[in-house]
Amino acid sequence: MNRRISIAESKLGYLLVIPSLVVVIAMAFYPTATSFWMSLRKMSLIFRTNEFIGFSNFVQMAHDPEFWNALGNTFYFTFTSVALETIIGLGMALVINESFKGRGIVRASVLVPWAIPTVVTSTMWSWIFNSDYGLFNFILKRLHLIGDYQNWLGDVRLAINCAILADVWKTTPFIALILLAGLQTIPYELYEAALIDGAGGWRRFRFITLPLLLPIMLVAVLLRTLDAFRVFALIFVLTGGGPASSTEVLSTYAYKVLFSTSNFGYGSALAVSMFICVLIISFFFLLALSRQIKVRG
Amino acid sequence: MKRHYKKVIQKVLFYLVTGIIVVWCVSPFLWQIITSLKPGRELTTLPPILPTEPTVENYVRVFTGRPFERYIINSLIVATCTTSFCLFVGSFAAYALGRLKMKGKTIILFLILTVSMFPGIAIVSPLFLILSKLKWINTYPALIFPYTTFAMPLTLWILTSYFREIPIELEEAAKIDGCSPLGAFMRIIVPLAAPGMFTTAILVFIFAWNEFLFALTFTRSIKCQTIPVGIAMLPVMYHVPWGSIAAASVIVTIPLIILVFVFQRRIIQGLTAGAVKG
Repeated sequence: MNRRISIAESKLGYLLVIPSLVVVIAMAFYPTATSFWMSLRKMSLIFRTNEFIGFSNFVQMAHDPEFWNALGNTFYFTFTSVALETIIGLGMALVINESFKGRGIVRASVLVPWAIPTVVTSTMWSWIFNSDYGLFNFILKRLHLIGDYQNWLGDVRLAINCAILADVWKTTPFIALILLAGLQTIPYELYEAALIDGAGGWRRFRFITLPLLLPIMLVAVLLRTLDAFRVFALIFVLTGGGPASSTEVLSTYAYKVLFSTSNFGYGSALAVSMFICVLIISFFFLLALSRQIKVRG
Repeated sequence: MKRHYKKVIQKVLFYLVTGIIVVWCVSPFLWQIITSLKPGRELTTLPPILPTEPTVENYVRVFTGRPFERYIINSLIVATCTTSFCLFVGSFAAYALGRLKMKGKTIILFLILTVSMFPGIAIVSPLFLILSKLKWINTYPALIFPYTTFAMPLTLWILTSYFREIPIELEEAAKIDGCSPLGAFMRIIVPLAAPGMFTTAILVFIFAWNEFLFALTFTRSIKCQTIPVGIAMLPVMYHVPWGSIAAASVIVTIPLIILVFVFQRRIIQGLTAGAVKG
């Protein structure tokens, strides 16, 4: 009797899962597989070519300075912005974790950058960075931090750092909120015990907060790293990859190859290389995470 | 006495830091609001910081010449359909994965969750070809189906954990009273999981409202283009209408800010649900 019910139950289960699985397979797994397949072909919508060429696209990629430039920019962007976001986010979380009047408003304000559409973030910051009428120049000049107005988005050395600043502004709240949730799971008794043992603020942070927060921090950093690595809209609207490709990242470069030149073969190879990078990044994080969990038993 | 002194300084310092955080988070958008209220000639001078004569001319200009409301309607349709579709399909799957006894649950959940790390750019070109074949380019489904797919990991992640927490006894009691599993789902689980569904709905809606890459690629004209594409298209050649852009940004962001202030607790719950438990 019991057995029959469980067969019916698992049948129902599969039935209920099928619609989600179909959507995900049709719109995510199948296209990704197609990307791999297209990356092995010479495929152009303009010239109407479509033939198998093996790994030639990847060989071309290895000799393409634009690709290496975009790869370097992507890593620089990802590493710098995630590092800054983690440090600032941790600081924010520690502050918001205190209980005080008006905490709700502070938490809601922190959510504002997260909720703003990325395209709006880009247009907003490109207005702030405007070389002639931008608020950024105005404030920095008033504070005597710069002598003359700078062309922030038009300078090959400055532009990518401006993009990083905009990204840090938009996504630090996400890390802060996840870390905040982590802070709230740390039992208060631990701090009390440490206080009785005479541990100061820094030691309490170093030996209680940080180790207990580490697994959650790893998850937050993984999610942010993957997002930063795939950055598209922010750069596309803020600088379009310029000036002189100094802010070109893998997503924007692949997009241009795919849709401006309609070179679907080579564009797919670029996309596949990104996919592989994402897999490698996730693998290392999951490794670190499982080690963390093992250490804690 | 000295102790008291120290405490006051600590408190002042604390509020100062909190103040800086709030200003840092809010001021760029405040600047956008201020810009949107400036008359044309004051856009190209700084100071004054605040508009001397606040005006709504930028807001009027957004809607004249091009039907900007069309973008808003498109975004509303796409985001609403995505949210309903996601909740409908997702809640069935989450119920099965969270509560029913069946083999391969972990693998199925893992498979769907991995979608969240796929780079959009690796999907966009094959999906473009598929949608062209279906003659779906420049239609709403061309956005709704991909959005549903990419919101599915989030949906299942939140809903599965909500469904798991509902006491199994309630469902068993319903079964003893003669409810079928599906009946128990509809009458017991769905109402109890309503808060989780609501949280999911807000997050999926914001995701669909803000998405840019697919919207840019799969739509061709104002017939189906969403707000992010509309705003990105405002600059024409070398002329960037900063006033109109600011006004348009404010119009599309205000609803989100209201959502955030009203539902901040739920949003934070939903965003952090996975990370903390996992």
